Amino acid sequence: MPFVTAKSQRDAYDVIVVGSGAAGGQSAYTLCMEGAKVLMLEAGRRYSPETETPMFQTPDLAPLAAVGTPQKPFGFYDATLDGGWEVPGEPYVRASEEAAGRFEWWRARMLGGRTNHWGRISLRYGPYDFKPHGRDGLGFDWPIGYQDIAPYYDKVELLIGVYGSNEGLENTPDSSPGCLLPPPKPLVSDLLMAQRARRLGIPAIPGHRAVLTRPLDFRRSPSRLHPGNVTAQQILAEDMRKRAACIWATPCGRGCSIRANYQSTTVHLPPALASGNLDITTDAMVYEVTLGPDGRANGVSFVDRTTGRQQHATARAVILAASACESVRILLNSKSAKFPDGLANSSGKLGRYLMDTVGTTVRGQIPLLESLPPLNEDAADGDQLYVPWWLYREQRAGKLGFARGYHIEFGGGKRMPGYGTGAGIEWLTGGSYGSKFKQDVRRYYGSFVYFDGRGEMIPNDHAYCEIDPSVKDKWGIPVLRFHWRWSEHELRQAVHMQRTFGAIIDAMGGRTHGAVETDGAKAIAPGGSIIHEVGGAIMGSDPGTSVTNPWCQTWDVQNLFVTDGAVFASNADKNPTLTIMALAWRAADHILERMQRKEL
Amino acid sequence: MDRRTTMKWVLAASAAWPLFGRGAGRAEPALTLRGYGTDPDLLAVYRPGELWPLTLTAPQRRLAGILADIIIPADDHSPSASAVGVVEFIDEWVSAPYPASQRDRPVVLGGFVWLNDEAARRFAKGFSDLAATELHGICDDICDESSSRWRDAARFFALYRDLTAGGFYTTPVGRKDLGYMGNVPLASFDGPPPELLKKLNLP
Repeated sequence: MPFVTAKSQRDAYDVIVVGSGAAGGQSAYTLCMEGAKVLMLEAGRRYSPETETPMFQTPDLAPLAAVGTPQKPFGFYDATLDGGWEVPGEPYVRASEEAAGRFEWWRARMLGGRTNHWGRISLRYGPYDFKPHGRDGLGFDWPIGYQDIAPYYDKVELLIGVYGSNEGLENTPDSSPGCLLPPPKPLVSDLLMAQRARRLGIPAIPGHRAVLTRPLDFRRSPSRLHPGNVTAQQILAEDMRKRAACIWATPCGRGCSIRANYQSTTVHLPPALASGNLDITTDAMVYEVTLGPDGRANGVSFVDRTTGRQQHATARAVILAASACESVRILLNSKSAKFPDGLANSSGKLGRYLMDTVGTTVRGQIPLLESLPPLNEDAADGDQLYVPWWLYREQRAGKLGFARGYHIEFGGGKRMPGYGTGAGIEWLTGGSYGSKFKQDVRRYYGSFVYFDGRGEMIPNDHAYCEIDPSVKDKWGIPVLRFHWRWSEHELRQAVHMQRTFGAIIDAMGGRTHGAVETDGAKAIAPGGSIIHEVGGAIMGSDPGTSVTNPWCQTWDVQNLFVTDGAVFASNADKNPTLTIMALAWRAADHILERMQRKEL
Repeated sequence: MDRRTTMKWVLAASAAWPLFGRGAGRAEPALTLRGYGTDPDLLAVYRPGELWPLTLTAPQRRLAGILADIIIPADDHSPSASAVGVVEFIDEWVSAPYPASQRDRPVVLGGFVWLNDEAARRFAKGFSDLAATELHGICDDICDESSSRWRDAARFFALYRDLTAGGFYTTPVGRKDLGYMGNVPLASFDGPPPELLKKLNLP
């Protein structure tokens, strides 16, 4: 029985995995496919994309034309349930309400967590990204390098399905042959952007997203992923055959009932469940890792949200994969005589070096794209092309005034009309109404573009989380308090993004909506708002300055692991999810080896 | 894909505006504060009035329809705004328990009051009873926020145009009007037609 309640759980498991998103899903998948008995605990409810995804629903069928509200912040059809910037009954605290110190925390209390709605952008970290301190003296080097994780990037890409291309660009790694699916065809707006950006020396190449542009290779990939394990190969082959290729319609952020993109609930969990080795308990809000007399973790305590009762589950090893901040919160709340400041916190670094992504947006309108004939431009739902960081040489020469890079996510096209399609266009129409307004909306529809910058933040001493001394959630669990500060590197980078985007829009013959922002503090999106928060339990090679070792294993408790974004020692411009999965797979392999050697 | 940008557009379209002097202090019908919750059924079909009561009065709905149809009248391509349920959409919007709606509500209701007052001042009639040339006489004065001397009324008109367009272009009729071809499953995505790329000098 794969879905179990607190009552029907087994007496003991090999591994407890806390969380069911990218990290939890990957950890459980790897362990279960190789024979370990796993209990997954998810704070939110059970969720089934096959039956719950609003695939072809149009805005007119939803309340308020499906626009976002505080209860559904990214829109009515967004695949975030019981979540968003605020979760009822589960507050968090900001140490400062000032814009510069603001941190926002997106959570999703549902099986699969945030993987159900995420953008599916799947970029590899490059060799530089693991050794940033060695290059510019800022932040920290990881205790691993690109060569350690490259095989796992290959594996994750083969398993989940990622489209993209190998371009051989600096610090933008190629995948091994056969790993990537073909990229989708670009839109008119993509091609125009690429043509004009190139004139400015800015390269645009196919994006990398976890969307199946063709069916997975169920004949060859399973043996590459699970060599020598026939059972796992059979289970995976069967599951891969059930995943349909993209039908070039419906927004990925709603999730995908035909399993054509990656979400933990459609990719990691089904084969793990089919192995017979995974039990999942939903509505299980973990609040503490418990220690045995031998100093090893012996399980976790959780609140059963269906009864409100406190429960305990037991295992040989514990993996926290609850999202960077939630995993840190569990550790900080796991206090004992041996660990009065939180479990695995002998370094005092737990909660420290929280990072998000530098984000800023410029929108524009492009006359060349006006009044084009009707075209179906749903395509792959965006990111057909993107711009990887391209100014390495200038940065090395000290010409930019900031230390780290960014990439550009670009969008345009005749997307499904929404509330905003005909709204806010007075800057173009001069305030038309009547028949002229209808003509104007037709004319401008599809001529708008946006540029989102996504840049690296350098960890600093002023961005961290801790337990608030007084506030508790509705279960009585102490909550996090966030401190936040950007450095000049991030603020200058945001200004550089603004100028660059303005220049590309100009080169496309367009105009920006509003002036390009020259004040970094105004250009930069608040901390946490890009939802790439990582750090808080960073990995390192020194137990005195890091929380985990290179295997995501806490220095202080040998059978306790953190496999989510908390272990990131830097936050390169590349969206973190693919790296989270690669690290989780690697950590799970390590756990399996040590279990075989009876060390765990 | 770009959910953040979409949200910014939506938020920008319903940014907080100062309340009108008149109309703001009136007793308003109590609004239900529940909304649809954090885990609504995403597969259900929702009609205005199902989740929270609609609150516009009959005269307000009449005015709402007249104004919506001034902004989006019937033409050769498509019917008018009120013909596809935009009045119900706007009623749902201004009656909703969410912050954006609660910000917009006094702007919309205050705008209605202003229109009636202005119609009475200029033509000694209610707005809904004006002739077409009279309606346009007023709307011409407030349709461009950047130049109108009636700043609050122009802000109202800009919001109301956004609401009307938001309601209209999200319907099947509105999608057809714009030539939206998507939201249908395709066996392959072949990209733009070569002749179009040639015309635009794109590779």
